[in-house]
Amino acid sequence: MVLILLILVPLLAGIFSMALKGAAKGLALLSSVTTVGVSALISMTAYEGGFIEWGMPWIPQLGASVSLLADGMASMLCLLTGIVMSVIVITNWNKEVENDNRYYGLMLLSQAGITGVFLASDALLFYFFWELALIPVYFLCSRWGGERRIAVTFKFFIYTFVGSLMLLAGLIYLSLQNQGADAFAMDNIIRAGKSLPASEQQWMFWLIFIAFAIKMPIFPFHTWQPDAYEQSPTPVTIILSALMVKMGLFAVLRWLLPVLPEGVAYWSDFVIWLSVIGIVYASLVAIVQVDIKRLIAYSSIAHMGLMSAAAFAGTNIGTHGLAVQMFNHGINIAGMWVIVSMVEQRWGTRNMRELGGMASTAPKMAIALVIISLANIALPLTNGFIGEFMLFNGLFSSASAYSTTFMVIAGLGIILGAVYTLNMIQRTAYGEAVAMKKEGDLTANEYLGLAIIIALIIILGVYPKPLLDLTSGFAMMP
Amino acid sequence: MTNLVYLVPLFPLIGFLINGIGWRKLPKSVGGIVGSAAVLASFAVSLGIFFEVRSAGTATTVQLFDFIQSGNLNIPFAFQVDALSSLFLLIITGVGFLIHVYSTSYMHDDEGMVKYFAFLNLFVFSMLLLVLGSNYLIMFIGWEGVGLCSYLLIGFWYKRKDFTDAAKKAFVMNRIGDLGFLVGMLLVLLNFGTLTYQDFFGQINEGAAVSSSTYNWIAICFFIGAMGKSAQIPLYTWLPDAMAGPTPVSALIHAATMVTAGIYMIARSSVLYNLAENAQHLVAWIGLATAIVAASIAIKQYDIKKVLAYSTVSQLGFMFIALGVGAYTTAVFHVMTHAFFKALLFLGSGSVIHAMHGEQDIRQMGGLSRKMKITSTTFLIGCLAIAGIPGFAGFFSKDEILASVYGHSPLMYYLTLGAALMTAFYMFRLYFLTFLGKFRGTEEQEKHVHESPAAITIPLAILAILSIIGGYVGLPPVMSEHHILNAYLAPVVSNHGVHHLEHATEWMLMGLSTVLVIVMIVFAYVRTKNPNFKPNTGIAKALENKWYVDELYDAVIVKPLGALSKVLNNIIEKLGIDGIVNGIGKTVNWGSGKIRLMQSGQVGLYIFAMVLGMTILFVISYFWIQ
Repeated sequence: MVLILLILVPLLAGIFSMALKGAAKGLALLSSVTTVGVSALISMTAYEGGFIEWGMPWIPQLGASVSLLADGMASMLCLLTGIVMSVIVITNWNKEVENDNRYYGLMLLSQAGITGVFLASDALLFYFFWELALIPVYFLCSRWGGERRIAVTFKFFIYTFVGSLMLLAGLIYLSLQNQGADAFAMDNIIRAGKSLPASEQQWMFWLIFIAFAIKMPIFPFHTWQPDAYEQSPTPVTIILSALMVKMGLFAVLRWLLPVLPEGVAYWSDFVIWLSVIGIVYASLVAIVQVDIKRLIAYSSIAHMGLMSAAAFAGTNIGTHGLAVQMFNHGINIAGMWVIVSMVEQRWGTRNMRELGGMASTAPKMAIALVIISLANIALPLTNGFIGEFMLFNGLFSSASAYSTTFMVIAGLGIILGAVYTLNMIQRTAYGEAVAMKKEGDLTANEYLGLAIIIALIIILGVYPKPLLDLTSGFAMMP
Repeated sequence: MTNLVYLVPLFPLIGFLINGIGWRKLPKSVGGIVGSAAVLASFAVSLGIFFEVRSAGTATTVQLFDFIQSGNLNIPFAFQVDALSSLFLLIITGVGFLIHVYSTSYMHDDEGMVKYFAFLNLFVFSMLLLVLGSNYLIMFIGWEGVGLCSYLLIGFWYKRKDFTDAAKKAFVMNRIGDLGFLVGMLLVLLNFGTLTYQDFFGQINEGAAVSSSTYNWIAICFFIGAMGKSAQIPLYTWLPDAMAGPTPVSALIHAATMVTAGIYMIARSSVLYNLAENAQHLVAWIGLATAIVAASIAIKQYDIKKVLAYSTVSQLGFMFIALGVGAYTTAVFHVMTHAFFKALLFLGSGSVIHAMHGEQDIRQMGGLSRKMKITSTTFLIGCLAIAGIPGFAGFFSKDEILASVYGHSPLMYYLTLGAALMTAFYMFRLYFLTFLGKFRGTEEQEKHVHESPAAITIPLAILAILSIIGGYVGLPPVMSEHHILNAYLAPVVSNHGVHHLEHATEWMLMGLSTVLVIVMIVFAYVRTKNPNFKPNTGIAKALENKWYVDELYDAVIVKPLGALSKVLNNIIEKLGIDGIVNGIGKTVNWGSGKIRLMQSGQVGLYIFAMVLGMTILFVISYFWIQ
């Protein structure tokens, strides 16, 4: 029962928020903090391999039910969702938004969808939430986005829609393999998928995977992403990059790897090639960006490349690292965007050629920028390092004939990551001070939001045990 | 005492937190006192640990908490206290403390002084982690941590773009090395399932079923890490640029401690390197090449700190030569004496720069010994020590390197000797140009030249004393049967394959190098007696321009990479987008066709309609919004 709360709270808060004028921010904060609390409770139960299940009938004619499952990874991601949403609301507390009841309402609806994706243990329900998460984002992006928002939203929509359609087709095909009740239930889908002959699994793989690949995104399915990140209002960018990309990775772990093992075995080298090429490609492209948002967008693609490579490496340590890194990446990238949005508010631009001297004009912001950037390049004793070390370890120890090559190519990302990240710090924080359009270092609410992020970065970097134990189910897979 | 080892890094961490949190509110003097006291406290504990290890002689592991645990993999956050780490503790906290004291005066006029001490404490903390870790991962934490502090301190005056460029260069070059370190660690994990030294070396000693090529690869990967951190060819060019940071930072980080991390790493892994013959050759030859190239560049530099920087690169090369021929303890010995005299020389140069109001060009100096007696005397002691005049610290360690190299390969010996002779030349060229002769700067500067205050001269004096007596812990066999340092280190590191020379040979080598060094000093005196600074031509010009290596890297790596990035961004990214958008119509048709074929009942149709409904909603809103 407690699981459905995680979905109902943001869903109802979202609906109320749309209906009631003026209460949006309060409702959003209340709902996000509640979800943090509930997810924390669930995480305690799911600690060290436990889980919670809940179910009720939905569309028995189709063999679909509302069944939810919170294991360590799912509860960790729900916790991440709650924390990130809270940080969004806290850091935007002073910011005036047009029609804020709809703005926050849509975000909360999206949160409900994202949480549902993490919890669903029924394929049709999973698909339903997948779409529920996306649709509010289309509205948010097209209504509150930047100048090119319409064209960009359209591109984003087409991309994800194509993926979704194929995913739906794939899931239906799998469910049709099942006779009798609960055709869409996770266990039955897994059984159906596993029993397919290898040749069939090989083409089915792409039917399911394309949607996830677009969502993550992995090279070369990524071109919607920098545009969407750049044009969306920053809170939406945070939802997209900190939470929705995790839907893609999560879905690979839950709905692809166990379902089509033969297909995965056949294609995994290919996907890892794409992923590691994507790391280097996105890092190189990031180096020449002048807009901070685009720089971070490409940096995120590079990080996703490493994560998806490790997902397909098929090693326990890599998968365990992936689970941990999903959380850490979400925290870090949310922090990056929060800073970017402050920069945009203070200086009125995101163009790094027109920025500089933050260390003298807004030193607190500069310190936060440096710490979060260091986590982003996985400096030891920040949270980013733990996951990255395990991901590399997984990639390197995979059974693939190319494992060393993969590792070395992916490793170039460490070096290139330092290049573009330090460029960004140099161009925004260092140098002579550029006058601000709106004066002031961090406000109290921004300080609080960043303090949460930085505390998590350091605590989980020094003592990652809670996260590792929460997701330890992956370390013991056969 | 050993159980309290966590206090050693804890004190600087607390110092960092106090100064880091109060960096805008604390008065400068408090920042300096907190920073220095923290390191002094660590030094006191380290001293206790040192004597305890000396009497006990065994390694102790102090476990703090589980760090990374996944399945069978367990990497604890644990410290290992043994002879090697306790010796490094003393060097780091001892020299570190002197440099902190020095900084209280040197940085006193800087508005960022408290922040400076915060960074300096953070550095000491990271460096202590590096040497204390009981496994490679903790070493790696310190390894990247010191890199970060180096970055922050090189770019300390962040308004200057050339300074922040230097900081960035240092970090990126170090990261190239770090990738090597990381791959090395993964290889160890893959083959041995552990990163803990004792397990790893234990398995090697028990004859693990691992091929010799694997040992070589691991050793080479670790050495790539060492190349970055310890500034060896080809990753050395960041170190001279790192002189952009405050001078005490150059003394502590870029001379005495951080850059010796690579030597520590290989000495720590001596069990591995003993079995990795090819890697050993690589280490020795890279070290030799670096020693020669850097020494040659130092001959023609005019910036007082640049001379010392190339000298550091070159001296690190000597240490790698020693490691490469299996003389691990000799390398550690040289790390120690080098920490004394190079810190002394850098701090002395800082005293000079202070007196000259920021001037670093030795062409503008001269005759400073008249007004700066303590600085010039201690600087001279540093020069005598690094040049290897008998009786001074550098003599003993350098002589030991030369002796072990001679036993390995006479050719290598002569080349190493050549580098040592260049060292004597450029150091005394520096000394004579700076402290003797006529003053060549402006009258304004001349009026201001003064001896530095006690907070600067006392550390100089202490380091000068250490630069004299520091060598007596390692007397050569011809003088004493008992090598104190080797005996101390023996439980952890011992030399491998080093031939002992006949006493006659040893006396001869010592005599030869001493005579030649004196000849070089006289030569330097003659060359600098009446200095004229004509523009250099030919080889001299190439030396002044550092063999054009920076230009080469720029043309071969930096520029092409930038061009590639632009091509990817401007052409591939944009073409890719167009291509995909064009393809979408077809894909949608194909996708829906597949669905129709696959569905046998109404189920799919309903759901398809659901998605279609969502889409129509979206399209409607899309026009509505416009």
